[in-house]
Amino acid sequence: MNRLLEARDLTVSYDHRVAVADLTLSLNGGEITAIIGPNGAGKSTLLRSLNGQLPISSGVILLDGQPLERLNRRSISRQIAVVAQEAELRFPVTVLEFVLGGRFAWATHSGWGWETERDLEVANAVINETELSELSARLMNELSGGERQRALMARALATEAPILLLDEPTANLDLSHQATLLTLVRKRCDHHQSAALVVTHDINLASQFANNITLMKHGRAVHSGTPEEVLRPELLQEVFEVRVLVDAHPITGGPRVTPVISA
Amino acid sequence: MNRVTLRKTLISCALLGAVLLLVIISMSLLGSERLPARTSLCALASLGTSACGLTQDQFDILFQIRLPRILLAAAVGGSLATAGAGYQALLRNPLAEPYLLGISNGAAVGTMISLVFFGAIEWTRPLLAFTGAFVATFAVYRLARGRAGATPERLILAGVIVTTFLSSVIVFVTTLMDATRIRSFTFWLLGDLSGASKTLLPVAITITIIGALVLTLHARSLNLLMLGERDAFDLGVEVGRVRMVVFLVASLLVGSSVAASGSVGYVGLVVPHLARLSLGSDNRISIPAAALGGALFVIVADTVARTIIAPRELPVGAITALIGAPLFIYLLKRV
Repeated sequence: MNRLLEARDLTVSYDHRVAVADLTLSLNGGEITAIIGPNGAGKSTLLRSLNGQLPISSGVILLDGQPLERLNRRSISRQIAVVAQEAELRFPVTVLEFVLGGRFAWATHSGWGWETERDLEVANAVINETELSELSARLMNELSGGERQRALMARALATEAPILLLDEPTANLDLSHQATLLTLVRKRCDHHQSAALVVTHDINLASQFANNITLMKHGRAVHSGTPEEVLRPELLQEVFEVRVLVDAHPITGGPRVTPVISA
Repeated sequence: MNRVTLRKTLISCALLGAVLLLVIISMSLLGSERLPARTSLCALASLGTSACGLTQDQFDILFQIRLPRILLAAAVGGSLATAGAGYQALLRNPLAEPYLLGISNGAAVGTMISLVFFGAIEWTRPLLAFTGAFVATFAVYRLARGRAGATPERLILAGVIVTTFLSSVIVFVTTLMDATRIRSFTFWLLGDLSGASKTLLPVAITITIIGALVLTLHARSLNLLMLGERDAFDLGVEVGRVRMVVFLVASLLVGSSVAASGSVGYVGLVVPHLARLSLGSDNRISIPAAALGGALFVIVADTVARTIIAPRELPVGAITALIGAPLFIYLLKRV
């Protein structure tokens, strides 16, 4: 098994509060790992600390076997790409320019320089892959929410990073776009031996796409394993404090989770 | 909008540079004393080594008064526009401008302190102006960052607070001065290019060129910072370092221009906006274009200021504000 990113006994605290506690996790080539848990469980904090954005209090993060803090910013960005909620755009940027932003870490100089032929090739390839070809000359703020999210995905793919960290990538998307986006992630993992970490509230989507699921509560990884191992009523009830029904998905056969609201 | 390439940048900058040269030459002929065109051009072409038939008075007006003033206008305009473009990219706000954020006022306080306490030591002026600008920059940046990050409105409010606070400091320092200097001070505060000093002019020009170069060399990082600090970080930008470079360089630019000419407002708003409108948001082209365009804008504005009611003069800041304030309102409606 190809361990691309590993966190051992990770503790992250900020604002005088422990947000992630003693968490151990590894992201392996070819696999999607989903993190689910209630609001405030520390899921996004975990994701932010994995690429070095939030300083860790103790523990270690290993990128390809090397401690993260010894690597410089750009070499981390060549290996880890992040898809988060999109920031509000206040300047007009075309889709192609936006996606080319993903090539920054490959530039020979950290602040100056021009995109190479190869940068353009990669950008156009991922724009194709995310089905944005017809929109590539359009301005980002003219796109719909779903299209913008695909552009964000395209920019992350343009980094050619083998590790993808996705923070609620499907939160603002309708059903079909949710599936399209996660299919893209699935393909990357299957064909490029990439590893993906997906923080999500959508348990059923996680059940369908993830190889592994980690349940988080109060900053701790409470349970980890395959969807079948983790998505069990007693574990979910413990974490979410709500009664749930888990049955088999009629088509895929995987676990399907429905909250039971009793009057 | 087509993608920006090195070719496009070089062509645009070469064109702007040529126009700038043309404007410098033609504006040096205009003024309350009209200079004969052909002989003046000949004298300019000889770089002042030959009078080409100009009278001594005309020669002195051209080389001792007008040309230094125009070059100072170029330096001040280039500085303020470059600083504005830098602040806008870094703060993700098309309304960010040294004058409106109170940064010019910070530099003005520094300059006044230097004038009142170290009047004889000229080089303390840009130094203290830079310090004032840097402190003001940090104050605005910290004030603007709320729990939900810096919204455009919050940034402008932070600017208003810093501006008014520093204005009262300026009033306080002014009262320490004798009455004869107060009038020239008030004029200087509104932006006055008539005091081109022999020692400070080369300093201002050098800082403008270096500052514009340094910011241009960070343009690709700024392109990503324009999309958000988190995104930029994720994509490999050393956010903390770039932010510090922009703050330092922009404060240096504002400091040197305020020390030389007072607070000329709105240049940093109008010029980068026009640069982005005509050439796109890519900082690799919009920053050098703003630097050249800023020089052009202030030279023209100052020529208007010194000719429109000649032989009396307006402060150049009055002209730039007359153009800038309506544009600000327009931009505010769109943000």
